[in-house]
Amino acid sequence: MKNIWIVARKELRTYFTSPIAYAVITVFMLLVGFFFYSLVWWFNSQSMQMAQNEYYARQININQMLFQPLFNNMSIILLLMIPLLTMRLFSEEKKIGTEELLYTSPISVNQIILGKFFASLLVLVAMLVLTGVLSLFTFVFGQPEVAPVLNGYLGLFLLGAAFIAIGIFFSSVTENQIVSAILTFGALLLFWIVNWASNSASGIWRGVLNYVSFFQHFDNMTQGILDTTDIVYYLSFAFFGLFLTHAVIQSRRWR
Amino acid sequence: MIAVEHLTKKYGDLTAVRDLSFKVDKGQIWGLLGPNAAGKTTTMRILTGFLPATDGKAQVGNFDVSEQPNEVKKILGYLPEVVPLYPDMTVTEYLDFVGAIKRIPVAKRKERVARAIKVTALEQVKGRLIKNISRGFKQRVGIAQALVHDPQVLILDEPTIGLDPAQIIEIRQLIKSLKGEHTIILSTHILAEVTQTCDGVVIINEGRLMASGSLEELTASFHKKDGAVVKVRKDIQAAAAEIRKIEGVEKANREDGDIKVEWPKGLDLREAISRLVVEKQFGLLELRPTAMNIEDLYLKIVSGGTES
Repeated sequence: MKNIWIVARKELRTYFTSPIAYAVITVFMLLVGFFFYSLVWWFNSQSMQMAQNEYYARQININQMLFQPLFNNMSIILLLMIPLLTMRLFSEEKKIGTEELLYTSPISVNQIILGKFFASLLVLVAMLVLTGVLSLFTFVFGQPEVAPVLNGYLGLFLLGAAFIAIGIFFSSVTENQIVSAILTFGALLLFWIVNWASNSASGIWRGVLNYVSFFQHFDNMTQGILDTTDIVYYLSFAFFGLFLTHAVIQSRRWR
Repeated sequence: MIAVEHLTKKYGDLTAVRDLSFKVDKGQIWGLLGPNAAGKTTTMRILTGFLPATDGKAQVGNFDVSEQPNEVKKILGYLPEVVPLYPDMTVTEYLDFVGAIKRIPVAKRKERVARAIKVTALEQVKGRLIKNISRGFKQRVGIAQALVHDPQVLILDEPTIGLDPAQIIEIRQLIKSLKGEHTIILSTHILAEVTQTCDGVVIINEGRLMASGSLEELTASFHKKDGAVVKVRKDIQAAAAEIRKIEGVEKANREDGDIKVEWPKGLDLREAISRLVVEKQFGLLELRPTAMNIEDLYLKIVSGGTES
């Protein structure tokens, strides 16, 4: 555990002594802020219209009309941002030769992988917590339900963790950061939209394609549904990514 | 302290190291000598546990490298060919990080880092970012990194590469000063480095062991004749003929304006030669022994011949 923290601390230092973390967090906040602003504006005008009719007025729901689309937007921004956060984690070590220091130190490959994973995870948490400020405004000026909002944040966290694990995997396969980011981005996008193919698939494949897709599971979480299936899905995705990373790093021993 | 037995490493079809065996005793400095691509780096990477061997055994301390890699890693300091530095850290931060992953307890870490900085004379740059310091300092940070946890064994891959002559001398002195407390293996393709710093040498070429032993042993085994080079002012031809007449002289030939004299090992005819040249008034300018140096030895071994 201590060794994991040593590696995590080193990665966090790199994130925050270079512009990487600041750039990612700032751009993320700007985009989320913009989406939040437009959604609030849209919710305002919409609810003003709906309030004129008693039937519709009862259906005004800030959780559904503001938070659900906001979380969806945030997930897409994460899809764009996380590859940039993870792209250098292993590829840079390979490129500048520091992997030789890490792998000849009395510290296990798993500890190195987990250290890097948790460092990125902490940056993700920082990003999500900062957007929490925006959500607080809605609690000051309205009465959204807390549980679905927290559930949405949990969904973003789990989704981000899975993204990070995949990003770490792709950063371990190449020593080029750009290639690592492109591969990560491609894989994440593919897993996002793979359920589109389920319409044309038949039998068991329809279920498989639907299950594998990020989209289905994330949709549940933004709607306020807390299902262990979804949690297990994200955690196993993260585990799978880290497991593959381990395999790639160990594979230098077979060559 | 370090024992390598029948070590073989293949990368696909390419055999980088084949059937290599050697031994280094505690407290000594040994050089791994060979031309480029001889298998020096591969051998060191196997010793440090970075790469597994295809076949054979490697031991560091009392631990087998493939069976107890973690124990080996604890007692080993390693300077790879490409110095593993994080450019965005300061020298102190970097050494502290290395100390941490080498499992130095927090309480002792500061003191150890300070000592490594002192030993490698890095005080003046310790607060600077590594990317901003010069090549020579980077190399020294690399050495500091290898010895920060006070390892019993140091493995240094080309420690003086890319340095200017003054820096090379400094690094060599630094390595020498570490002798005794640490057992050191360094690789190099610079011959002078071996003669100046090492107790023994392992010469490899194309992955094969060509020779190994202490410097004296090696030169003795390859060196069957003694000799001298004589330089005279005039009548080289005649002088050579006269020298040939001295009892014991086997050869006295002109070579590049000098006379190269050879006699069986054990004799010393330098006095007789100098007396003769002076008495006959050839004008003695120079007389120096041609003790076979490591350079001849190396060239001889690497070019394939084991007989002189």
